[in-house]
Amino acid sequence: MNDMVGAITEATTPRAAGLVPASPLEQIDMVLAQRLLSAALGSGGDYADLYFEYRSGADFLMEEGRVRTVGRGVTVGLGVRVLRGDATGYAYTEELSEARMLDAARTAAQIATGGGAPGPIDVQALKLPSFYPIERSSLELAGADKIALLRRADAAARASDPRIVRVEASLAEEWREVLVVSSEGAFAHDRQPMIRFGVSVVAEEGGGQKGEGEGPGKQRQGGRSGGAGRFGLEYFLRPGQSPEEHGREAARLALGMLHAVEAPAGTMEVVLAAGESGILLHEAVGHGLEADFNRKKTSNYTDQLGQSVASPLCTVVDDGTVDHARGSINVDDEGNPGRRNVLIENGVLVGYMQDRISSRHFKIPASGNGRRQSFRHEPFPRMTNTFLTPGQDDPEDIIRSVKRGVYAKHFSGGQVNISNGDFVFSLTESYLIEDGRITAPLKGVNLIGNGPDVLRKVTMLGHDFRMSDGTWTCGKEGQSVPVGIGTPTLKISEITVGGTRAG
Amino acid sequence: MSVSPVSPGGRGGREARPLPDPRECQRFAEQMLSLTLRAGADGAEVLVRDGRELEVKVRLGEPELVKEAGSRGLGLRVLKDHRAAVTYTSDFSEAALDRLARETVELALLSEPEPLADLPAPAEMARELPELDLWDEAVLEMGVTEAIARARLGESAALKLDKRVTNSDGAVFGRTIGASAFASSAGFSGSYRGTNVSFAVEPICDDAGGKKRNGVYWTASRFASGLADPEAVGLEAARRTLAKLGSRKIATCEVPVVFSPEAGRGLLGQLAGVMSGGAVWRRGTYLADREGTAVASALCEIVDDPLLPRGPGSRPYDGEGLATRTNVLVAGGVLKTFLCDVFAARKLGRRSTGSAGRGVGGGPHVTTSNLIMRAGSTRAAELERLPRGLYVTDLMGFGFNAVTGDYSQGAGGFWIEGGARAFPISEITISANFDDLWKGVDAVGDDLDTRSSVQVPTFRVGRMTIAGT
Repeated sequence: MNDMVGAITEATTPRAAGLVPASPLEQIDMVLAQRLLSAALGSGGDYADLYFEYRSGADFLMEEGRVRTVGRGVTVGLGVRVLRGDATGYAYTEELSEARMLDAARTAAQIATGGGAPGPIDVQALKLPSFYPIERSSLELAGADKIALLRRADAAARASDPRIVRVEASLAEEWREVLVVSSEGAFAHDRQPMIRFGVSVVAEEGGGQKGEGEGPGKQRQGGRSGGAGRFGLEYFLRPGQSPEEHGREAARLALGMLHAVEAPAGTMEVVLAAGESGILLHEAVGHGLEADFNRKKTSNYTDQLGQSVASPLCTVVDDGTVDHARGSINVDDEGNPGRRNVLIENGVLVGYMQDRISSRHFKIPASGNGRRQSFRHEPFPRMTNTFLTPGQDDPEDIIRSVKRGVYAKHFSGGQVNISNGDFVFSLTESYLIEDGRITAPLKGVNLIGNGPDVLRKVTMLGHDFRMSDGTWTCGKEGQSVPVGIGTPTLKISEITVGGTRAG
Repeated sequence: MSVSPVSPGGRGGREARPLPDPRECQRFAEQMLSLTLRAGADGAEVLVRDGRELEVKVRLGEPELVKEAGSRGLGLRVLKDHRAAVTYTSDFSEAALDRLARETVELALLSEPEPLADLPAPAEMARELPELDLWDEAVLEMGVTEAIARARLGESAALKLDKRVTNSDGAVFGRTIGASAFASSAGFSGSYRGTNVSFAVEPICDDAGGKKRNGVYWTASRFASGLADPEAVGLEAARRTLAKLGSRKIATCEVPVVFSPEAGRGLLGQLAGVMSGGAVWRRGTYLADREGTAVASALCEIVDDPLLPRGPGSRPYDGEGLATRTNVLVAGGVLKTFLCDVFAARKLGRRSTGSAGRGVGGGPHVTTSNLIMRAGSTRAAELERLPRGLYVTDLMGFGFNAVTGDYSQGAGGFWIEGGARAFPISEITISANFDDLWKGVDAVGDDLDTRSSVQVPTFRVGRMTIAGT
């Protein structure tokens, strides 16, 4: 692996290297942080934290075989949060002058009234684990090397079939530094790399002249493949993650779905393939087990600790410590180390994902799930990498056990209503299963179910666990954070398939 | 627990910064433009935005969140030898701007020449800016104290309506005050400012089997006087939540489907997406070859209107400095035009429709402004006069394939039987091909919902597949 990294040349011109300015977070010392925390607690708040963030990113887009634009941006800021009971005061500034930072601290402070000078605040640097060590940020490397990656993906997609009429490839890289300082003494500085790659293609087949409307038999279909993780450019050296593989996979999907048939409508058996199907856990139980909803009793999993909420086959874990995974965090955005937390063990609900407010409410330790989109946002409980642990079944046996059903492989996303537990996920690659065999590809379709109900209907679980390499981003209350998902192959004995073919 | 607001509202309060000033934004934009040209750019565009936000959430009578801040950003697009680069910064110091100008010109050399992506021709640029009435001084007076008071009123109205309203996800008041400026070396420099206020209440009821039911209602306006009364919002939210108690699944079937304005909004947004010139030249839409043909029923009239006075999505010029204009997308069901920015227009061999959007962090791209499906003449309630059918209030999921038009989403709403709503339903999906869906619109209500930048009346589709039990 390392010798291949050597093929990636370093930026040599001084001005190009200047595109990566030094992080201003290095200048934030404990004395300054203590002064800001004192200001934040100056109106009687009972807790405060500072969230310094430096984010540097670049993106490259290739369309029609040409690098269309190159983008670059840097943001820096400080978010100040003050808690008084369960109430949050929040303010932020993009200017890290002491005057502006003090202003933000005093604005956030006003959630509390009472005044009085806080006692001395002692902060200590936390020693953090390292779940995503990298040799160097890809941002430090020459742009030409990244463009070469796009070109490889573009060429591979086009070469795979003449019916591929359009290819778009993109690369986005980010270097994020966070410094969390809390009035309880945490001082945690983490560096979080992220690389994201995507290829999307359009396949076209059959006639029809332009301007004459849709010609008979003319078919068009899109396909997409992408991946992401906390890596430098060594991401592309991993199996299945080369630019060529992403290019060919996007082409395979578009071509394979060109002649997809209408999906059935109604309740049936569904087999979810290993990897991306982990979106099931994210939507069906993940959100419902975020502790804020349970503290407020707005989730349908409220007050169910210790109860059976899933089939005994199911052990669901949220794990911020998976090597280089998109959702991994050495430290959460409240200064607590990333952790592996079991949520459901053999079907029994054993834990929620906590932020500071809820862990105090439930009087249990923080779980490392307090996350936020940026310094402009207050943290609340979020997932990291959420997955189902493997079972005993052979994946082939699982498919063979289905008389008539759907085999789901790729997904574009999902959504859940926390209150009633209804969730959907949207399939982009799926097939009919007939008499234990995978047959026709199906047009895009949704599955809809109710979390606790569907998890009780998991009747077979494969031994073939896989994390998805996808570019998953989770949205909640207007905030987006990167997450990971994973699962082995599994069978759900009954779920509603939202096709167009009734009966 | 006792928490009281202290930050006094409006101008009496401490503002960390002066209010966003469009002239100051414009001064920065022009300064950056000249720095960039001096650094060797052949052409450049600069966007500057300055905004203040206030968000206040009250839950079960107590403030849960008070958030106040200001944010400023500058986005730059540079062209050099027909090569483009896009950068952004929040650092407005002269040294930082100067460095960004030089670095962006250098960055552009990494991309490859695309003459069609050059700046618009000078003759295309907007000459005069329309007055759109987007700024309300009264919004500036609405501070934390008033926000909390409104939120308490709205939430308590919801909680008091019925004892089955047992919980709340809170009431949220939001306010933004913003200024925006744009300068282009193609010959444009302009700016404007706007205010926005919104208020929402989300009550929760306990239902059978440990399920909760949530419903939401909201109000929004550019003017303080345009906000609905907080109690009225709370009451409507509670009514909508109560109506969902006892929701159940129905059997798989094919029936007419009525979309509420809230649910229909998402469908219209997706339709506009497949009418975007950017999607057309990329062959990423099932409508790519359909201009001038029927793409919806003759009852469908769809426009994009950036010039709507006080409109949530109004803009006096577009993201490339072109004059904005009202574009008719669909008339009598026929697709009249694709929306284009300059690049998409050149790709398709035509003129821009003035539909470029632009954010600080990215280049221009086609966006809608106020996307409106015109109200019909049928009273909205009449649309539910069906022997059997579905009334959809909520949609979930991402089940739309723009390339093929295949559409499938999770849905919730009410079962219609004998001309009236019979019972609430959830956990079903609706599906159809988008082409059939829009051509199948057989009634359009008279109740246009003008609260957001995508405005839809109630409408009905003759037949869709419902997947349930």
